[in-house]
Amino acid sequence: MSTTLKAYAVRLFPQVAALAVILLMVSIAFPGFFKLEMQNGRLYGSLIDILNRGAPVALLAIGMTVVIATKGIDLSVGAVMAICGAVAAAAITSGHSLAMTLLITLGTGILCGLWNGILVAVLDIQPIIATLVLMVAGRGIAQLITEGAILTFNDAGLIFIGSGALFGLPMPVVIWLAFGLLVALLVRRTALGMLIEALGVNRRASMLSGVSTGVLLIAAYVLSGLCAALAGIIAAADIRGADANNAGLWLELDAILAVVVGGTSLLGGRFSIAASLIGALIIQSVNTGILLSGFPPEFNLIIKAAIIVLILVIQSPRAQSAFVFLSRARAPVKKTAGEAK
Amino acid sequence: MQASTSILSATAIDKIFPGARALDGVDFSLQRGEVHALLGENGAGKSTLVKCLTGAYRRDGGRILLDGADVDPQSTLEAQNLGIGTVYQEVNLLPNLTVAENLFLGRQPKRFGFIDSREMNRRAKALLAEYDLDIDVTAELAAYSVAVQQVIAIARAVDLSGKVLILDEPTASLDAHEVAMLFRIVRRLKERGLGIIFITHFLEQVYDISDRITVLRNGKLVGTRATADLPRRDLIAMMLGRELVQEVAAEHGAKGEGGEVRFRFRNFGRKGHIQAFDLDVRRGEVVGVAGLLGSGRTETAEIMFGAERADSGTAEADGRALDLSSPRSAIREKFGFCPEDRKVDGIIGDLSVRENIALALQARRGWARPISRSEQDRLADEYIRALDIRTSDREKPIKLLSGGNQQKAILARWLATNPDFLILDEPTRGIDVGAHAEIIRLIESLCEKGMSLIVISSELEELVAYSSRVIVLRDRAHVAELVGNQVTTDGIVEAIAASAGRVDA
Repeated sequence: MSTTLKAYAVRLFPQVAALAVILLMVSIAFPGFFKLEMQNGRLYGSLIDILNRGAPVALLAIGMTVVIATKGIDLSVGAVMAICGAVAAAAITSGHSLAMTLLITLGTGILCGLWNGILVAVLDIQPIIATLVLMVAGRGIAQLITEGAILTFNDAGLIFIGSGALFGLPMPVVIWLAFGLLVALLVRRTALGMLIEALGVNRRASMLSGVSTGVLLIAAYVLSGLCAALAGIIAAADIRGADANNAGLWLELDAILAVVVGGTSLLGGRFSIAASLIGALIIQSVNTGILLSGFPPEFNLIIKAAIIVLILVIQSPRAQSAFVFLSRARAPVKKTAGEAK
Repeated sequence: MQASTSILSATAIDKIFPGARALDGVDFSLQRGEVHALLGENGAGKSTLVKCLTGAYRRDGGRILLDGADVDPQSTLEAQNLGIGTVYQEVNLLPNLTVAENLFLGRQPKRFGFIDSREMNRRAKALLAEYDLDIDVTAELAAYSVAVQQVIAIARAVDLSGKVLILDEPTASLDAHEVAMLFRIVRRLKERGLGIIFITHFLEQVYDISDRITVLRNGKLVGTRATADLPRRDLIAMMLGRELVQEVAAEHGAKGEGGEVRFRFRNFGRKGHIQAFDLDVRRGEVVGVAGLLGSGRTETAEIMFGAERADSGTAEADGRALDLSSPRSAIREKFGFCPEDRKVDGIIGDLSVRENIALALQARRGWARPISRSEQDRLADEYIRALDIRTSDREKPIKLLSGGNQQKAILARWLATNPDFLILDEPTRGIDVGAHAEIIRLIESLCEKGMSLIVISSELEELVAYSSRVIVLRDRAHVAELVGNQVTTDGIVEAIAASAGRVDA
């Protein structure tokens, strides 16, 4: 068992290290950064803020990780967020109960995922094109639902999802942590993870080995749609309204970035949901950190890009083999891994 | 004596990969005007040595002398400029350019800064004339057969380099006539004083053309001998490191006629793929499938396994109707299928040997019933031992294994599902002698255990050795079934050639 734990540690080390370095850098520029305080049974502080603000991207990254592991990509998640936010707002304002509203909204996300999945798995359309369809159409659909305006609501229950607190943590944080854990357990405690990885590396060989590649592919996009629905509800609940034009705008790119920073290859195969979640936190830490450090806002995007380039360079196969080379040059004798129990 | 005549000499070459020592102090010397065969099982280090010589890999130790001077090529381009040219099995030229463009790519004759096509074509024509090749040099390379492309690749390599020519399995996809043509050219180049390194799996060709033989095993040099003084049996012993129980396909074991008929295919077929056929397979029987490329061999396998859905006919086992509508349902009926193209259809490259072995069994159990990690480990270790899969450990990505070991791992994937009916499509293609013999032995032992097998192979001696019956295909139809003492290589060749039908190989 300790070998598995060690494998996890090795896998997650670059992401954890990058996150730690970024947090340290921010804390130097902004001394009160690590301070946490309890008020009215809820934690407050910059760190909590990062966890809270990062919720939509973290949720999207969960689904995106699985989709990318199948050698696909889901460009529609931002638009699906907008659709689901609009559906939630429309349902609650037209008098549905909170439970019904959530059911309808999550169902909408699943439906969107099903659409993408069928285009990819059954019609065999390239994922980037298949999901582009809904990315473009999605905002239009959302605008139709909200009738072009920002659809506001005042339901306390729905608002709680965006700004309430549970166990001292903001509700969005609880949701993405719980959902991330749930999905991670689902893929790793069952054989789903291995089958998805096999499908992502070689779809035809997996099919010939009896893997139900079609069902798995559709399931991956459905999961991604479900994640987008959760993120859409949080985004709408946060501003107490559905903004069809801006909800989830460009977040699909942040989600893809989170997965890539998390070290999952766009070529499919090996994936780690934990690493993608840390990736999402890295992105949010950079965003929050730049704001807190008081840089002029026009620098934000450029600094963010520079930091991400740095992380990707550290992860690149070339750099990794250089590290291996250097470490071997220092210790030229030992080479007896593998047989360890 | 080496010092004067040797053109290329490598001493104490080391190459270390993470987790494995691919070359361990290997010495190799090549003389002017000799054909030097480099032999060894898959994974012995042949390609690694060649890559070190051509600069594709950096060596971790040792010296390389070319014409008595130290060289250290950093790239294949640099090696080429030094005089070491390489031609690979898969011709690495550009099929969409003309023959002349391929020959002069990167060094086209210029006139006023523009490419002088006429001059280039003239020179290309002259160059190929040295190889007795009179073809239209302005035609696209893809228009010519692999053999001609091979010669063009050699012409380019020799023209560029001119001292050492490395041929990496050049004959793998050529027929006997084309091999003879290639060998004429190799002999002529040898007379011109080139040193030629020749890598192949075909031992007859080694004896046909080489002057000396160097054998590697597990990254170490076993020895270098003059071909004339090395009997075939000793060579095989050098390569395998043990006395081969039987040289591949040399003797016919007693073939079981099998028990009662177990699998019955009736009027089974699919339009445009394979004409409907009837086939009975007994318990504990190997049915061989022979035919030229494109005759419908692979299509027969695919339709039986549900990779292509049959549109006519029925299949039954012990009188019970079988559902073969997809690979998934075929696997549920205890079928297994090792496809022809291992890399594309077989291995899951990035996943470990363990996961590759467990995959089919896991897929059959369904995602909700995972095979525990300890069970997977046990399964992988069991088959790594039983089939002698050479890997440093079970967690190694399967793409890093040599072809023969990948094939064994895929076989293990199916054996783990405990199948009743196993379809093997070219199980020994591109595999070295040792693994070859082991796989044939394995086929025989599975058959003894009562499994029914369909084996497709283009190696007729091999088919004859283990099949109790052979189905012969032509033009996507089953045209003959050979039984008993009809099962001979001559019988199969005759059956394939029987009709005047076109040969679309």
